[in-house]
Amino acid sequence: MAAGAAQLRVEGVAKQFGGVTAVDEVSLEVQQGEILSVIGPNGAGKTSLLNMVSGFYRPDRGRIAFEGEDITNLPPSRIAERGIARTFQNIALFKGMTVLDNLMLGRHVRMKSGVFASFVYWGLAQKEEMAHREKVEDLIEFLKLEDLRKQPTGALSYGLQKRVELGRALALEPKALLLDEPMGGMNQEEKEDMARYVLDVNEERGTTIILIEHDMGVVMDISKRVVVLDRGRVIAAGEPKSVQANPEVIRAYLGTKHAIRKAA
Amino acid sequence: MLDWGFTLVLVTNGVLIGLMYSLIALGFVLVYKATDAINFAQGEFVMLAGFIIAGMIVLAGAPFWLGVVVALAGMVAFGFGLERIVLRPLIGRPIIAVIMATIGLATVLRGAAPLFFGAETRALPLPISDEPIVLGAITLPPGQLVGALLSLGFLAAFTWFFMKSRMGVAMRAVADNQQVAMAMGIHVERYFAIAWGLAGIVSALGGLAWGALLGVDVHLALVGLKVFPVVILGGLDSILGAIVGGLIVGVVENLAAGYLDPLVGGGTKDFAPYVLMIVMLMIRPYGIFGKRRIERV
Repeated sequence: MAAGAAQLRVEGVAKQFGGVTAVDEVSLEVQQGEILSVIGPNGAGKTSLLNMVSGFYRPDRGRIAFEGEDITNLPPSRIAERGIARTFQNIALFKGMTVLDNLMLGRHVRMKSGVFASFVYWGLAQKEEMAHREKVEDLIEFLKLEDLRKQPTGALSYGLQKRVELGRALALEPKALLLDEPMGGMNQEEKEDMARYVLDVNEERGTTIILIEHDMGVVMDISKRVVVLDRGRVIAAGEPKSVQANPEVIRAYLGTKHAIRKAA
Repeated sequence: MLDWGFTLVLVTNGVLIGLMYSLIALGFVLVYKATDAINFAQGEFVMLAGFIIAGMIVLAGAPFWLGVVVALAGMVAFGFGLERIVLRPLIGRPIIAVIMATIGLATVLRGAAPLFFGAETRALPLPISDEPIVLGAITLPPGQLVGALLSLGFLAAFTWFFMKSRMGVAMRAVADNQQVAMAMGIHVERYFAIAWGLAGIVSALGGLAWGALLGVDVHLALVGLKVFPVVILGGLDSILGAIVGGLIVGVVENLAAGYLDPLVGGGTKDFAPYVLMIVMLMIRPYGIFGKRRIERV
């Protein structure tokens, strides 16, 4: 990767669903280690864009490259292996499983010894298991989930489930983390906690963050750059302040329920 | 008047047979849980495995153990191959496509197997004594006992695999939510193949146990019909359900044979489990241990 080149490059991607254009020629670049927020009214195509980057949708047109390599047509599992992790808008934990199991599953891509090797070299696999467990313990400590290790995730409060989902994505040790409304449905205190975790991850691990979020206070606070989508197109991009003042952005938000609030 | 000694015999034998039902039902549940496919050919898988073992021993003159090993390997390969060649292209198609594919496969297997193995019934003798084992008031037929122990052994090993091993945990993740599993970097298709491979192992063991009990011919496939009451009672997506459902069907069948058949002149054994199945569908369609599916739109 050449110095200064974008870590993630989205070039002219488009996606239609039965005649409805969800994403229309969107291009954007994300630099290694930045926090980029994607905002826009409901139905603007934010989640569709995220789904294309993470491989869940295949773009009709356009190209997506990560660290200089084309990932446009890779399946989600291959994209996860390359270091892009994500969370989902609706909580998507493995509900019957414990917090620990969920986090350990996040280590799946990092588990080197293959299935058959793990039967043959039992000791080696056990050793590896311990190493993964240690990584997961670090995350449990970081996210203050110590008392919940053995709890089934279905029994946790909404805010805690979101936190576990963040932890599971972090367990992949991703280079880039896609967060789809991580603060949706949270109360103010939970939102502040989540924002703190996101900032810590970004600062301490240098993880690139791509964030979809409706809470403008949070977006304006933590983002380095903001991209505004409306009806599948990018209508503005730049630093939070300049985007907020952009007349196109204000127009897009008028008449929708998400009015831009001035960042505190 | 209830004869307790007689009832005890019926129940213990029902438990043994029930465990043998549990074993093959597990193959069905596993595939449904992990891949959402409904395998209408589970009975034919068992039949095919029975033919392979009997064919190796009777036609090829191989030792017993070799017949079993070849059946295990052959059925795993068959499961992998089926998934890769027939079922993978159907991913994303309506569930009815997979159902039709397995029904078609079942018919082909039933029709084609005698071409290779002959139409007559082959005995599949286990290398053990035929003497019944007497434990006080209970007499245990050795064939059933071996079948039940084989089933128990596999169920225990499988439970460990599914709950504790890394591969098993990933498989549970796939069963729980395929999309999220993909986002974790889990290659979902690989686990589909593993599920079908495990169904192959189940079928090989089932072919051995049931083939030894009933003899090997195309009618061996009929044990597959018992899978449906078992999995509906226990819950289509529950491993524990397959075990408990199998036990219920085994015991109910035997009680019907012992108490109802003499009253009406026979025949209730074969449909009693289906009566239970229909009742269960009316009151609790997801079964005893099944997940109540809440569809979110």
